Amino acid sequence: MNAIEITGLTKEYAGRRVVDKLELSVPAGELFALLGVNGAGKSTTIKMLSCLTAPTQGDARLMGHSVTKDSHQAKEILAVSPQETAVAPNLTAAENLELMAGIYGRPRQLAAQVQAQLGLDRWGGTRAKNLSGGWQRRLSIAMALVSQPEILFLDEPTLGLDVLARRELWSVIRGLKGRTAMILTTHYLEEAEALADRIGVMNAGRLRAVGTAEELKALAGCQSFEDAFVALAGEEAAS
Amino acid sequence: MRAAAFAKRNLKELLRDPLTLFFGLGFPMALLGLMTLIQRNIPVHIFELDTLAPGMALFGLTFMALFSGLLLAKDRSSALLARLTASPMTAADFLLGYLLPMLPMAAGQTAVCLAAAVALGLPPSWNLLAAAASLLPSALLFIALGLLCGTLFNDKQVGGMCGALLTNVTAFLAGIWFDLSLLGGPLHAAAYFLPFAHGADAAKAALAGDWAALPVHLLWVSAWAAAVMALAVLLFRRRLTER
Repeated sequence: MNAIEITGLTKEYAGRRVVDKLELSVPAGELFALLGVNGAGKSTTIKMLSCLTAPTQGDARLMGHSVTKDSHQAKEILAVSPQETAVAPNLTAAENLELMAGIYGRPRQLAAQVQAQLGLDRWGGTRAKNLSGGWQRRLSIAMALVSQPEILFLDEPTLGLDVLARRELWSVIRGLKGRTAMILTTHYLEEAEALADRIGVMNAGRLRAVGTAEELKALAGCQSFEDAFVALAGEEAAS
Repeated sequence: MRAAAFAKRNLKELLRDPLTLFFGLGFPMALLGLMTLIQRNIPVHIFELDTLAPGMALFGLTFMALFSGLLLAKDRSSALLARLTASPMTAADFLLGYLLPMLPMAAGQTAVCLAAAVALGLPPSWNLLAAAASLLPSALLFIALGLLCGTLFNDKQVGGMCGALLTNVTAFLAGIWFDLSLLGGPLHAAAYFLPFAHGADAAKAALAGDWAALPVHLLWVSAWAAAVMALAVLLFRRRLTER
């Protein structure tokens, strides 16, 4: 079963098309990485899928719920980790997680469970504003996990994290594969290569190529994934 | 449930901000003390506690507008609101979440202000409770004004609108420092078209036990509070669904 079904998804701002007739299906439990240069339309796509901005045309169904016609139901099963750190600054780390549990009607124990899962235990009593940037980022991601979403959108989740924290987060994300469908945007190509079941390359609002890392390398005729990305994104950008 | 979880967060955010405590509790009390001290040293009766205390209690409520407006405006500019907008929270959940924690804060502030007035020499009476209760529509009005400003403006603009403009307009047009009849003509009419003077007059009437004068003032403030809250809800809903 497909967790995410995107059909003709389009977004225009003041007549400028930033996402152009996107067509994509993501099966349940799959991690799909969305790559692209700045302004490719990745974040706008995530915003439309997470019901934060309405599509100009087209639709997406999340576990069968339309983001345009049935957004309240869709919101029950999705969670998003925005590109910017999204925490309540005067609440402690534990209180931030409990806030999300309360909003999604989940038991408080889940908040404690996610806190431990993401190594936040020793910062549980610290106000979010007093955490370092990296820990705030980790807390922000933990807040997306408290609701145990069926679909998770991760918009550049490891931006600003050091190598160790990034690897730890990769481990958490890997642990979610198979039970949570995820769309992850990133500028780190090795992240997409290491984590994603499939990868899509966006440019100028269009999905230029979709496949596994190996398939994309073969498609571009390149040995390395970085070369394949440059070839696919750059070539299409020029067209 | 969602509104309650969000309200709990908002209450913690407010109470953990030292500026909230200073302006919410300390500033009106300090002004009350200052005015009383001035009154003791001048021969004319300007700042008598029976009229000054209800007025100061109303003035203190203007800070509820500042607090609610700043909280909403700061949330709007942060990614936290984006995260919560992607959750199943409805516009009603959001607004209740912002409104509910402000009510006990307003009640606490009024109680502290009136208690300070008693400590300064205002004779204690049951009418103090009636005066506090009569300020409820005014509290709702200021909270609604804050939510309206927080919906429309950024946090710096809210600081200017609610922190400077609203406090000054209330201070001058509510008849807190002087008798509004001194204004005369259009300014007097404007003061009694706006709700602030009615809010102060309601509290003064309740404290004086002038029950006959109370309903018209309460109705006037309540009508303004309902209108501003309805506008805030309408615009907030539009902002939330302006996708």
